[in-house]
Amino acid sequence: MQSSVEFEQLQIAIPSGDVAYIVAGRGKPVVYLHHSWGSPGALPFHHNLVALGLRTIVPDLPGWGGSHRPAWARDVRDIAILVGCVIDALKLGPVTLIGSGFGGYIATELATMSPSRMSSLILIGAVGLYPEEGEILDQMMLSHRQYIQESFRDLQTYIDHFGEEPEPEIRTLWDLSREMTARVSWKPYMHNRRLKHLLPGVSCPVLIVQGESDKVVPCSVATQSESLLPNSRLEVVPNAGHLVEFEEPKLVSDLVHDHIRNL
Amino acid sequence: MFIGYFTERPYQDPRSGYFGATGRSITDLTMSNASYDPKLGAQLYNRYLDEKIYAEEMGFDGLMLNEHHSTPFCMGGVMNLEAAILARITNRAKIVLLGNILPIWDDPLFLAEELAEIDMISQGRLVTGWVRGTGRESVAHNAVAPYNWERFQEAHDFIIDAWTRPGPFRWEGEHYHFRYVNPWARPYQEPHPPIWIPGVMSRNTVAWAAEKRYPYVMLATELEPTKESYGYYTDVAKEHGYETGTQHRGYLFKVHVDETEELAEQAGRKYVQGPSNPFLEGNQGVVRPFIQNLPGLTQRNNLLPTMRSFAAAASRGRAAQHRKENKKAKEQPKPKKFDTYTDQTNKYSIISGTPKSVIPKVKHVLETLRPGSIFFWDGDGAMSHEDSMRSLRLMGSDVIPAVREIADELELKGPFEVDPKTNKPIVDTDEANSTDNPSSHPSG
Repeated sequence: MQSSVEFEQLQIAIPSGDVAYIVAGRGKPVVYLHHSWGSPGALPFHHNLVALGLRTIVPDLPGWGGSHRPAWARDVRDIAILVGCVIDALKLGPVTLIGSGFGGYIATELATMSPSRMSSLILIGAVGLYPEEGEILDQMMLSHRQYIQESFRDLQTYIDHFGEEPEPEIRTLWDLSREMTARVSWKPYMHNRRLKHLLPGVSCPVLIVQGESDKVVPCSVATQSESLLPNSRLEVVPNAGHLVEFEEPKLVSDLVHDHIRNL
Repeated sequence: MFIGYFTERPYQDPRSGYFGATGRSITDLTMSNASYDPKLGAQLYNRYLDEKIYAEEMGFDGLMLNEHHSTPFCMGGVMNLEAAILARITNRAKIVLLGNILPIWDDPLFLAEELAEIDMISQGRLVTGWVRGTGRESVAHNAVAPYNWERFQEAHDFIIDAWTRPGPFRWEGEHYHFRYVNPWARPYQEPHPPIWIPGVMSRNTVAWAAEKRYPYVMLATELEPTKESYGYYTDVAKEHGYETGTQHRGYLFKVHVDETEELAEQAGRKYVQGPSNPFLEGNQGVVRPFIQNLPGLTQRNNLLPTMRSFAAAASRGRAAQHRKENKKAKEQPKPKKFDTYTDQTNKYSIISGTPKSVIPKVKHVLETLRPGSIFFWDGDGAMSHEDSMRSLRLMGSDVIPAVREIADELELKGPFEVDPKTNKPIVDTDEANSTDNPSSHPSG
């Protein structure tokens, strides 16, 4: 099923500076917002989306990767506002936003403040809510390698993706991404206690995907999201870690496709 | 020459297993305070205060304190409290705080008030020093690491204003916001206490200190890289239109004096036998680079030549970068063994001996670096109160007088002899005033 189409690398100007993104495919647009540690490029999951007939856009979040850093940004909401600017600048109209981990936090914030930009929302292992049970794993207290390793269901899956020793470019990506993450989400770490009061106002269809064995984000966050979002559905993926779309690209892209097809 | 005394005030618990020649090393920020014994803490706090009183009696010009958090190697988490006590129980020595960690203060107005009170209680004996802190401090007090440098600078500007600008006024900054700045406590000294900046390896901080003509105190760094870092300070000073002198240079180094060479070695080895201390070469424990080197804490590419000193680099979690820098500088083809007492005595990192053997080594340091202020770092690691007191006594009777003579020969003027702000000699009016001021000591 995976597409062999090359993703095009482009840039778009928004008020905070240029935003780098990759894009491929035709059809309904979906925008994927990456994890806190940056976007390593087009993933098998993204190629699957293209193959399923979706125009797939993967920006480097403002401040991450090849996108200009908004040094003034102090809050995850600042980044969410800028992602809204990206959607407008690309003239995407109401769009399906897929947010993974920290990207899910941004997508959620944007959904609460700008519902007209969104036709639907897909949250994969998303942070944002304060967990009623458990704690969100604190990357600041772990080495990059430890943190990413913990994000996979097991060590072998990590090695399959990044090798025994990650490439220097990847280590640099992790390092710079962590700095940007700290700038907007050092404290409170990866959550916003105001969000639970706003989620009931998000009326678009929401698919929540959670790895059953997620060691980064407690499953309670996903169940809380499901109970707060009025038009949501939770899919728990068995034997999957935090990086569900890395580990189970076909399963997750099929879930996305089904979700969008039923809109 | 200004001569100060310093110990890091380690939490010494022989029962802990993290202590003594066979003690286990500590991984930084992993040790639970469940093993903290407040009764032992009470003894140690009082011991260290007693030693400071004795240091003053032995002729030290300054009693230096420092601050670290959530760690057994330094009990000075609330350094200002110790300083306030010293302000009352000593009567001559300067109280030198090197330093308060500005970026971790969410309310620097509180700090301005505390320091003003210390300055008043001590009747103008406070030397205030400010640092950015390591990753440990940012973690322990949850200060946003990437804003460390911005917060340091803004807190500095704010405190200076709070001390010198008639209130009330408003402060709406990037990181600090106050609608009513009007502290009902102003420093005793005019316009405010002297500010000295301690550090190890940040070029940003050195440049900033040089720009403001604040003396820079290098903390136990190796001689040659220290000299080069002073050179960088001098270069920046020239860009700002002034020449540096000895009054701009401070240096902290490990010096222990004892009655015999045998006792000196025995005690000197204890530098590396206390609870692990990332700043005590040879007993640094396990420093976790991702914490010491938090995202955005310091610029990765803007470091002083002290980076080439493994101990300094390792204390900041930059051992890997140290190896890279070393390779670049082509200094050493292979990593050198750094962790022994002997290594450190050979390179003047530890000077321990009788007065006869210590004085020439101190002289060598003074000739090499030409600092105007020095601090003897003693009584640390596993050293006992008795070790500290023997050393202090001999420093007072032999070493300090000799060092003063050497300093005179070398024309090493401290910041209380030549004003770092103007490079002009300071006329000492304190002596005349001191006879009017006998009540500064409680026993008065």
